[in-house]
Amino acid sequence: MIDLKTVQYVADLARVRLSEKEAKTFTEQLAKILTYFESLKEINTDTIEPTSHVLPLKNVFRQDLLKKSLPQDEVLAIAPKKKGSFVKVLRVIETG
Amino acid sequence: MEPFRQTAHALIKLLEEKKTSTKEIHDALRERVAKVDPSIHAFISLDGDSETPSSISEGLLHGIPIAVKDNICVKGRLTTCCSKILAGFRPPYHATVIERLIGAGSFPLGRTNMDEFAFGSSTETSCYGITRNPWDKERIPGGSSGGSAAAVAADLAIWALGSDTGGSIRQPASLCGVVGLKPTYGRVSRYGLIAFASSLDQIGPVTKDVEDCALLLNVIAGHDERDSTSAERPLPDFRLSLKNDIRGLRIGVPKEYFAEGLDGEVETSVRQAIDTLKRLGGEIKEISLPHSRHVVAVYYLVATAEASSNLARFDGVQYGFRDEAGDLLSTYAQTRAKGFGTEAKRRIMLGTYALSSGYYDAYYLKAQKVRTLIKKDFDEAFTHCDCLIGPVSPTAAFRIGEKINDPLAMYLSDIYTIPVNLAGIPAMSIPCGFTKDALPIGLHLLARPFAEETLFRVAYTFEQNTEFHERKPDVK
Repeated sequence: MIDLKTVQYVADLARVRLSEKEAKTFTEQLAKILTYFESLKEINTDTIEPTSHVLPLKNVFRQDLLKKSLPQDEVLAIAPKKKGSFVKVLRVIETG
Repeated sequence: MEPFRQTAHALIKLLEEKKTSTKEIHDALRERVAKVDPSIHAFISLDGDSETPSSISEGLLHGIPIAVKDNICVKGRLTTCCSKILAGFRPPYHATVIERLIGAGSFPLGRTNMDEFAFGSSTETSCYGITRNPWDKERIPGGSSGGSAAAVAADLAIWALGSDTGGSIRQPASLCGVVGLKPTYGRVSRYGLIAFASSLDQIGPVTKDVEDCALLLNVIAGHDERDSTSAERPLPDFRLSLKNDIRGLRIGVPKEYFAEGLDGEVETSVRQAIDTLKRLGGEIKEISLPHSRHVVAVYYLVATAEASSNLARFDGVQYGFRDEAGDLLSTYAQTRAKGFGTEAKRRIMLGTYALSSGYYDAYYLKAQKVRTLIKKDFDEAFTHCDCLIGPVSPTAAFRIGEKINDPLAMYLSDIYTIPVNLAGIPAMSIPCGFTKDALPIGLHLLARPFAEETLFRVAYTFEQNTEFHERKPDVK
């Protein structure tokens, strides 16, 4: 069953920093929820195809037409930080 | 005449007869919201007068405004999913439904409160605080579209848009005594609806009566090339199915929906509603949906898996809230730690776990397979039924704070509504009674994919022959 170490590992995968208290509460709550989910194991699904989507859709295409994109200034206006005509982000590549 | 008490179709008639004006309606609504909403908190913001250009009043809807759930993008207006992580977010485009409403002569009145990212059944997880049920202010309005349902119930809005991923339109509609419809998956474009679970989400109407529901679906439904899952299907005029006649219609009553956990008063009202439909000529038969017991498990695996993936985009880079913390990875983790509320984090955790290496087959894949079985149960039922009927929610509105610290108890309150989203079928909640404490009870109607017309016919017939929809909460 899910333990504190797994919860912290999953939080890392999800890029969410959890406080110690949150991690502890989530461990208890997720354990309870996952125990409830155990009932699914009773069902034999060996020959059942999974459903990811209810509509019988495949490869929806549209015309490849040139269209106006959103105005740059309107899109930049909602960025938390910007410089000139760019969104400003933290450095990704370390300098040597 | 108090314009805010009217339905949209009644107002359209009054406007055409020049007995009221668009301005009179706007002013009455604003005044009503200013007076009443402080004790309800259905709205988190109102749009200014600048949003009501006179040109808009020319269309079919004559400038009758609509309340909009805070997860539907309105260009230039704060749209935040009631989450701190979208603080200050003003979308650079309209959702398709908003474009269509504006095209038809409506416009957004304001944003309604909701559970953060629609994660909840009580509207208690909003970063803006709770919404109170107009029928009893110590109780929740349901969720996640609790603000939309409370606004319509308290006559703070003529009608509203909500979104429904697992019952988020129908359950609050039921708990607030109004009409709510989750259309067939693919009936309404999801473009501009901030995604929760992409295979389950649908936008739909919250209205005071069935006719308004049909009128609103007429405006918002239809294919949209910007949503590749929106269906290319002929679009009927849904008002034509508003017929007071259900003779010969085969109505199935799933026995699993009347099992343990259903409140006695809710059961009594729903059984009386079934008797009413029988008296009106419906052919009632008991049926079985054998996999009903597993719907909560399947839903909370599928929905949280999809949500954890959809919410990965909120990283503080291009829009919304950012909290910088040294390097890039720490900035992501800190931004998300401070930006998301507890329930959002819990669902991201559950979904990430279900999708993670080593657990994918046991949880996510297993849930998708059982989803197939749940859908097959409905396919089988609809080979010999035109419509299914049951309760919307196992209880009437519960007390504020009652379930907020027990996530599993909260999840279980969605047991009747979530199979509908898993199967992609349309379903509706209409008022069918009250508890002895005067809390509304809703009747759940389910139909085949793209058979909203059947829902309208049954709902309209029931409404024409009962008076539950006429009772209003006493809010001052």
